[in-house]
Amino acid sequence: MEKFTNLTGVAAPMPLVNIDTDMIIPKQFLKTVQRTGLGKNLFDEMRYDDQGNEIADFVLNQPAYRQAQILVTGENFGCGSSREHAPWALADFGIRAIIAPSYADIFYNNCFKNGMLPIVLPQDQVDVLMEDARKGENARIAIDLESQTVTSADGQVFAFQIDPFTKHCLLNGLDDVGLTLEKVSAIDAFENAAAQARPWI
Amino acid sequence: MPKTLYDKIWDAHVVHEDSDGTCLLYIDRHLVHEVTSPQAFEGLRLAGRTVRAPAKTIAVPDHNVPTTPDRNDGIKNPESRIQVETLDRNAQEFGVNYYPVHDVRQGIVHIVGPEQGWTLPGMTVVCGDSHTATHGAFGALAHGIGTSEVEHVLATQTLIQKKSRNMKVEITGSLPPGVTAKDITLSVIGATGTAGGTGHVIEYCGQAIEELSMEGRMTVCNMAIEGGARAGLIAPDQKTFDYVKGRPHAPKGAQWDAALAWWKTLKSDEGAQWDKVVTLKAEEIAPVVTWGTSPEDVLPITGHVPDPDSFSGGKVGAARRALDYMGLKPGQKLTDIEIDTVFIGSCTNGRIEDLRAAADILKGRKIAVKRAMVVPGSGLVRAQAEEEGLAQIFIDAGFEWRLAGCSMCLAMNPDQLAPGERCAATSNRNFEGRQGRGGRTHLMSPAMAAAAAITGRLTDIRELTRQPA
Repeated sequence: MEKFTNLTGVAAPMPLVNIDTDMIIPKQFLKTVQRTGLGKNLFDEMRYDDQGNEIADFVLNQPAYRQAQILVTGENFGCGSSREHAPWALADFGIRAIIAPSYADIFYNNCFKNGMLPIVLPQDQVDVLMEDARKGENARIAIDLESQTVTSADGQVFAFQIDPFTKHCLLNGLDDVGLTLEKVSAIDAFENAAAQARPWI
Repeated sequence: MPKTLYDKIWDAHVVHEDSDGTCLLYIDRHLVHEVTSPQAFEGLRLAGRTVRAPAKTIAVPDHNVPTTPDRNDGIKNPESRIQVETLDRNAQEFGVNYYPVHDVRQGIVHIVGPEQGWTLPGMTVVCGDSHTATHGAFGALAHGIGTSEVEHVLATQTLIQKKSRNMKVEITGSLPPGVTAKDITLSVIGATGTAGGTGHVIEYCGQAIEELSMEGRMTVCNMAIEGGARAGLIAPDQKTFDYVKGRPHAPKGAQWDAALAWWKTLKSDEGAQWDKVVTLKAEEIAPVVTWGTSPEDVLPITGHVPDPDSFSGGKVGAARRALDYMGLKPGQKLTDIEIDTVFIGSCTNGRIEDLRAAADILKGRKIAVKRAMVVPGSGLVRAQAEEEGLAQIFIDAGFEWRLAGCSMCLAMNPDQLAPGERCAATSNRNFEGRQGRGGRTHLMSPAMAAAAAITGRLTDIRELTRQPA
């Protein structure tokens, strides 16, 4: 997994609440058997018209945001389907971090498995960063995972919380499966005990 | 210390706990479908790993499969075909339990699991699908996971988890006539919002929940995710045990007795601590429909389309956008909204009881919409509905009688809405584009969808319900 340490970049503003995973990557693009290549269809139905032409005023079609690495958005981002295609599409487009007041549970977890950082901040701080995002290249946002801070373009520093184990994995790019397989003897022991206690399983 | 049902199931599955509370949780059942698994199997292959517990892994294609009879000649859409063929290959190569497209037991993964007795009380059940919450109806801890986690479970039969908080949703009293499990679950989301359950596992309880059938309980738990919860749970009782007994993969003989003894302990203790409690009175729940593009946009069928300015914060803009997308105006009576299409099916409402409820309304009547389809949740539900004469009622009314699959719930197969097409649907999501680009979805119960099919508009089921002879 790709490490996440720090990032300074342009943020794209998407001030909508309840952006669901069907919006992030519509189902017709879930037919792939690969993880890559979904970036061009990120937010497909908001980004392109019926003929596949770009809709000029959609944020990611604007010149200032074509290289955006951060998304600033509204509460409950990523609700709906469990599709990991949503973080895959965001990452493939180039988004490595998201800033929002809240996320849906499964999406939030899926981000960390892909070296992405979903940051939770209170609405008033998100509002400040949303204003920065609206200024595009003129107001870059800085994120530092080690110190757990987001710094606005004018130097306001906002601290965020993250689970220590998740942070450790993200900073070091650790693979969950590899880590868990180090505990294989504990799994064996559990399985043997469970086979005695609940043999019908 | 008194424990909740969630606490008990959790505690019985912890393999290892780190000092910061991060746990390795053992997974009893892993359900797999074709859309969220190819990259996970590929990951195993690349790392030279195997499936740790193939006997506890159950795969079935459901999202992409066409529901028309010609599917037996092969899937026409090349990408869908590749995805289903990839699952065929992976199931064989890794030796997991499998119900291929032509198997009569094939169906929506969340209908097949309980039907085959894979889902049992007290289990941990996961699937790369958010509606895994359905299995919570059995008192199993069941939730959706992403593809990376699918790979993790395949390789290790565990998940890295932190415990969620406990939330109790109590529905007191008995449901009035015409009000169903779907109305309960939508009303709960209406009351708490789509993020109301975030960070929590919900236990649904109370007289109205106890009075529901297993099918109804599955409908309620299915949409726990739409309320943002990690999982929904209902304590198992005699109805649960009766439903499970005799199913192909349910325990038998002495194992049944041992299982039953444990299952009977699976309920929240008196005095258990809840982080959040929501109580609704069943008598106050009405048949409901959604008007917008979020499952929280729900109102009694007697209501009117709301004014976006009646909301606050980010919801004002969201409601404005929703009304624009849905082609509705504030103040419009919900019962004046005309419907083009009716879809009855999905993991929320594709079980036999759902088809019975819809057929009961449709018997001897004709549809007044452009098209209507019934997609049974599994091949076995379809066969039973045919045996009970329900299929003929649907066909006589003008419905298309389809083969099993997810179908128009998420429209990955050819069953899709056209732009602007308005659908009364028994599924679980009314998101923009969910049932097809530009399609407009109103969620409701099977009986309400059948009523809309007959009148051609959103309809209060209580106006149509047959009087006893």
